[in-house]
Amino acid sequence: MSRLLTVSPSPHIASDQSVEKLMQGVVISLIPAFLVTLYVFGLGALIITTISVITCVLAELTIQKYMMKTEVRIHDGSAIVTGLLLAFNLPSNLPWWMVVLGAVFAIGIGKMTYGGLGNNPFNPALVGRVFLLISFPVQMTSWPLPVESRMQYLDAATGATPLGILKEAVRNGESLPDVMNQIPDHMQLFLGQMGGSLGEISALALVLGFFWLLYKRILTWHIPVFTVATVFVFTGILWLANPDKNATPLFHILTGGLMLGAIYMATDLVTSPMTKTGMIIYAAGIGIITVVIRVFGAYPEGVSFAILIMNAFVPLINKYIKPKRFGEEVKHG
Amino acid sequence: MLRTFHKGGIHPPESKLSAHKPIQVLPVPGTVAILLSQHMGAPAKVIVNKGDEVKTGQIIARGEGFLSGNIHSSVSGKVSRIEEVQDVSGYRRQAVFIDVAGDEWEDGINLDTNLDKEIRYDGPEILKRITEAGIVGMGGATFPTHVKLTVPRGKKAECLVINGVECEPYLTSDHALMLEKGEEIMVGIQLLKKALQVNKAYIGIENNKPDAIEKMRDLASALDGIEVFALQVKYPQGGEKQLIKAITGREVPSGGLPVDVGVVAFNVGTVFAVYEAVQKNKPLIDRIVTVTGKAVKNPSNFIARIGTSISDLIEAAGGMPENAGKVISGGPMMGKALSGTNIPVVKGTSGILILAEEESTRLKTQPCIRCAKCVTVCPMGLEPYLLMTLSERSLFDRLETEHVMDCIECGSCSYTCPASRPLLDFIRLGKSNVGKIIRTRKK
Repeated sequence: MSRLLTVSPSPHIASDQSVEKLMQGVVISLIPAFLVTLYVFGLGALIITTISVITCVLAELTIQKYMMKTEVRIHDGSAIVTGLLLAFNLPSNLPWWMVVLGAVFAIGIGKMTYGGLGNNPFNPALVGRVFLLISFPVQMTSWPLPVESRMQYLDAATGATPLGILKEAVRNGESLPDVMNQIPDHMQLFLGQMGGSLGEISALALVLGFFWLLYKRILTWHIPVFTVATVFVFTGILWLANPDKNATPLFHILTGGLMLGAIYMATDLVTSPMTKTGMIIYAAGIGIITVVIRVFGAYPEGVSFAILIMNAFVPLINKYIKPKRFGEEVKHG
Repeated sequence: MLRTFHKGGIHPPESKLSAHKPIQVLPVPGTVAILLSQHMGAPAKVIVNKGDEVKTGQIIARGEGFLSGNIHSSVSGKVSRIEEVQDVSGYRRQAVFIDVAGDEWEDGINLDTNLDKEIRYDGPEILKRITEAGIVGMGGATFPTHVKLTVPRGKKAECLVINGVECEPYLTSDHALMLEKGEEIMVGIQLLKKALQVNKAYIGIENNKPDAIEKMRDLASALDGIEVFALQVKYPQGGEKQLIKAITGREVPSGGLPVDVGVVAFNVGTVFAVYEAVQKNKPLIDRIVTVTGKAVKNPSNFIARIGTSISDLIEAAGGMPENAGKVISGGPMMGKALSGTNIPVVKGTSGILILAEEESTRLKTQPCIRCAKCVTVCPMGLEPYLLMTLSERSLFDRLETEHVMDCIECGSCSYTCPASRPLLDFIRLGKSNVGKIIRTRKK
């Protein structure tokens, strides 16, 4: 017989998963949060997201083609995801050139210096955001008012975020119950009627995205659930100890970047642990550091720092937290 | 809630194209090539010469090594030559070629197909007959059955686990066997129970074969100490360790054998061979082979003589499809790709799968995105991404401490990897190197 057959080792079939499909799934899961942000922040949200995504993709293309001189892999979609997530971590009135700077930094320093997708120890979008936060602290912490200023971009009227109001009040020694009157109620927080970064405002939209990611098996539930649960428990203890000075745990999980961080930033496949136990330790670490920064630190919000700090621990976690092997110990059922 | 194993596992499409096809007897071919290595251990020692006349069922080679088994002629005729032929692994190995003349059987073999339920022998006699008949594990591992039945000193067998899982996609030979030879399998189980002196036997069948479950349950209800478990569908449940875990909850220790937890496991095909050997005095000279694939005209289950060329089987199923790209001996997850079809059927050939050209090539390897899916699906609790990296860098000491030898090569990691990384290829390479190091150390 003259026919040539392919010979290769088993397995001979593969699942229909691919890196491209994973990234597509993440993008799709971000649609609800994007719609909310379009409604709440309007023009600014659209401009920032567009600039961020385009810059990330172009930065990756340029670096791969002209600096690394390797195969251009922008089709895997990871730069689009980084661009979206960076935009979701920025206020909607940030000048466009700062967005460009942040995106170039995220891809250039956060990702490509390490060798590109799969090799970066820190979440690139957060690297970009923290770079901007440290470089432009004023612009990065001025938050357009939700809904009412959605037709403006740079000239949008601004106000404080709920966490900012809280921090300010504690600093001034005001009693919390008074301050809480200036803050939208829990239902509004849940739906996203508050100041903040583009993508962090609506817990509802983010949780919808989370369910999609679970359904598509892109994520497991461990990191988001344990991060949020840790924050809930830790702030709950503080609240029970001193309700005059500390906000309710529900307030803490609905405000700031916790939901966005727990669902999208902490779960970044590349920079999170490989085992379930490792994930739980990592998530608990993020939760604890977040609360410590929020309650005891200088910044009103600490999710980004918490995630980046725990990213640094991931190699260590992977080294010491091993999955339980089959037959490790003799079990008689 | 149906039982299953709990660590890892995947759900590949089942693709059981030949399910519910009756078992057809493949006509005796004109020549056969009977390999002398059809078991795990050393090749059997040939005892016939070129030019000898042999009968069907006559012993032609003796298994003298520890993990060897006897080999019998599957046809009657004349030994034309004893020389090398390519086997499914691609190696050239010694085989006895026989030109077929008629089909004259060795004396003493009972050829009627009546069910013989009477258990008339004691344990040692059953074991002797099984040893004589050259029975090996027919799920594919080809571990000699008589060795499994000889429980090492200090260990005790408490129960039998019978493997009717057939978790490999496409394959249906065990399913067909349970539907058509369920009664014989029950007798075989009783014989094995007697040989091992155990009271309990558990049959595990995945829930995608409800007719087989019903039939086996029906038959078992009339007997003592045989229980049928319907199992959740999950690959690799047919793996011995996974099946034992699913049914009994016991975990075979790392590096250990099932008997370490009091279990001895057999495939239903092996049990049927035991029935034929003990009750009918028939050695293992034929087996059921599924011939299947999306491009195959008539996916079928055949009963074929050992030594039949795989090309004959493909012809019988409608011929080699125009767009064939890969021919696999076994299933798509653990089977071996063949470089040609002029390869003889052996005792461990459970199926022939033909994949079309477009299904035959691998996707391009992409960088690892550390998604941990390989860790999640590994049924042995290993970290395939890490093992692959260590293997690529030849870090064999670390590979050993990361328990690379625990890998059962089920392929779940490679199957599931979204970046199409050849995880199992590198893990195999690592295993083979680490295995060599361990053997040298023992010397």
